[in-house]
Amino acid sequence: MFNLFLLQLLNGAQFGILLFLVAAGLTLVFGIMDFINLAHGVLYMVGGYVMAMMMGATGNFWLSLAMVLPLTLAVGLVLELLVFRRLYDRSHLDQVLATFGLVLVLSELVRILWGSAPLSVAMPEMLSGSVPLAGPMRYPIYRLAVIGLGLAVALGLWFVIARTRVGMLLRAGAANRSMVSALGTDINRLFMLVFAVGAMLAGFAGAIVSPILSVDPGMGDSILILTFVVIVIGGVGSVKGAFCAALLVGIVDTLGRMFGPIILKSMMDPAAAAQAGRTIAPMLVYILMAAVLFWRPAGLFGRTVAR
Amino acid sequence: MTDVTRTLAPSRPRLAGRLKLALCIFAFMAVVPPVAHALGEPFLIVVATRMMIFAIAALSLDLILGYGAMVSFGHAAYLGFGAYAVAILSRAGVNDLFLQLLAGIAASAVFATVTGAISLRTRGVYFIMITLAFGQMAFFFFVSFSALGGDDGVALTARSTILGMPWLQGAEGMFHTTLALLVLAFAGLYRLTLSRFGRVLTGTRESALRMQAIGFRPFPYQLTAYVIAGCLCSVAGVLLANQAIYVSPAYMSWHRSGEMIVMLVLGGVGSLTGAMGGALLTIALEEGLARFSEHWRLGFGLILVAVALFSPGGLAGLLRRLNLTRDPK
Repeated sequence: MFNLFLLQLLNGAQFGILLFLVAAGLTLVFGIMDFINLAHGVLYMVGGYVMAMMMGATGNFWLSLAMVLPLTLAVGLVLELLVFRRLYDRSHLDQVLATFGLVLVLSELVRILWGSAPLSVAMPEMLSGSVPLAGPMRYPIYRLAVIGLGLAVALGLWFVIARTRVGMLLRAGAANRSMVSALGTDINRLFMLVFAVGAMLAGFAGAIVSPILSVDPGMGDSILILTFVVIVIGGVGSVKGAFCAALLVGIVDTLGRMFGPIILKSMMDPAAAAQAGRTIAPMLVYILMAAVLFWRPAGLFGRTVAR
Repeated sequence: MTDVTRTLAPSRPRLAGRLKLALCIFAFMAVVPPVAHALGEPFLIVVATRMMIFAIAALSLDLILGYGAMVSFGHAAYLGFGAYAVAILSRAGVNDLFLQLLAGIAASAVFATVTGAISLRTRGVYFIMITLAFGQMAFFFFVSFSALGGDDGVALTARSTILGMPWLQGAEGMFHTTLALLVLAFAGLYRLTLSRFGRVLTGTRESALRMQAIGFRPFPYQLTAYVIAGCLCSVAGVLLANQAIYVSPAYMSWHRSGEMIVMLVLGGVGSLTGAMGGALLTIALEEGLARFSEHWRLGFGLILVAVALFSPGGLAGLLRRLNLTRDPK
């Protein structure tokens, strides 16, 4: 039982890390620009597809991964220049309209280019085995590598945000955008940078997850909503909050699906427990989010400033 | 002393213009069945029915989003409550439309009161996201509801009856019932938004702080509007289930909620005619483009992006600007 728990804890952490990679960029876009971007999940999907395409062309995992970064960065820059730049000072509703439209456009483009069938990406040779976990259980190396990579990115982000000049501007921008602009920083260039790097991180997440899950046109949708949950629980604009909330959501979701029915079974009869477990498990993260917002309306790490 | 809320009413000429436009829309819809028969395309009646069902849903969302500035991203949940009220009651042998409407409205009222009271503690982006969370909870509840087909949904055996009569069975009966309910919904909301309640709600949209300063507590007004909107949307859900003779959790997915916001923004937020027009246009575009190509979402998405970029205020904004250029006064 304990081994199973450990296994699922690692799975939850791996899922959480993935959520963090997607959420990190989005929470900054949300926080600094006060911009609702529904199209962020699509960038994650684009990352997966670019990875699949590059793997098909080169056959080399690491080379493909290295190519995904500049390509998704470029996609982010193009979108920023063509669409997002014109929407920063508009209402949330216009932003919802435009980014909802973008979701439709990009998902359909992907369907036209690569078809609706899921694509699979081969795992690199050196990461395809598994290592012994406590007892007879083994754990895939690749998933450990994803956790490691994600943690490295988180550490890098923390360094940039906490220790560099750009990071200082980002934090200042999240707190008071107009003041930063008044003090002589070109806020539009800062936005562009944040947006493009956010797109790159989401694309990176889509790429590294592609050997575990398959790449399909719906992958962006499913992660987008969970990313919103993460951002809101963590507090909009806080990367630290996004990190904690992503791990929390990843672990709660994974453990809830696994252990919810088991715990319920000890309390009621098996048939009812199975039904209740199936019902409650997918709702768990949303219940968590509603509860967090009930007690802390601005999230765990959010500032309680009325916007 | 006159009631301060009187000063919050919109200008008369603009209101009259909107009302005239709405009456034109109703008149236009009313001639759809004979025209469709004359053209030999009875399929158009079904499309028009769907358009009007979503117009009811969009009207309900406009009450909270347009008049109350509460951007709900979980409004499709109420569509689902209405639809599942039909599915559950018809399985229990209750086929009367009014009883099903009543059940859908009651379920929505309960859900909206509880979730609305919690959601209204938050503001801005957080309100959008918490309503999304509640919408997803409702969605996953019905996805895992295996007795009613779970993810796949469930087909109904027949459409509901009205006072024991099978008036909804034909496409035209369905059409006229929907049109009647749409006119009722519009008239009701029109009265409501012009009432004292509606003006307080509009005032809260403009500035909650000022409304508090002149002695109103926004919360009860906002919550009441939230509940009314949920109940009205469930009416659209009941009709949707009857029109498709099929109920599935897909009715309440976040895509549907997003689409409803899109309808409003496309038509023009905060005007009932705009909401109705936006819904009619959205469904007409979807159906029209889908006949044109299987990749219709590409074109639809491009249209949405273009409207957002180049025509702030949607259709209503466009009409207003056209009017301004024609008549500089």
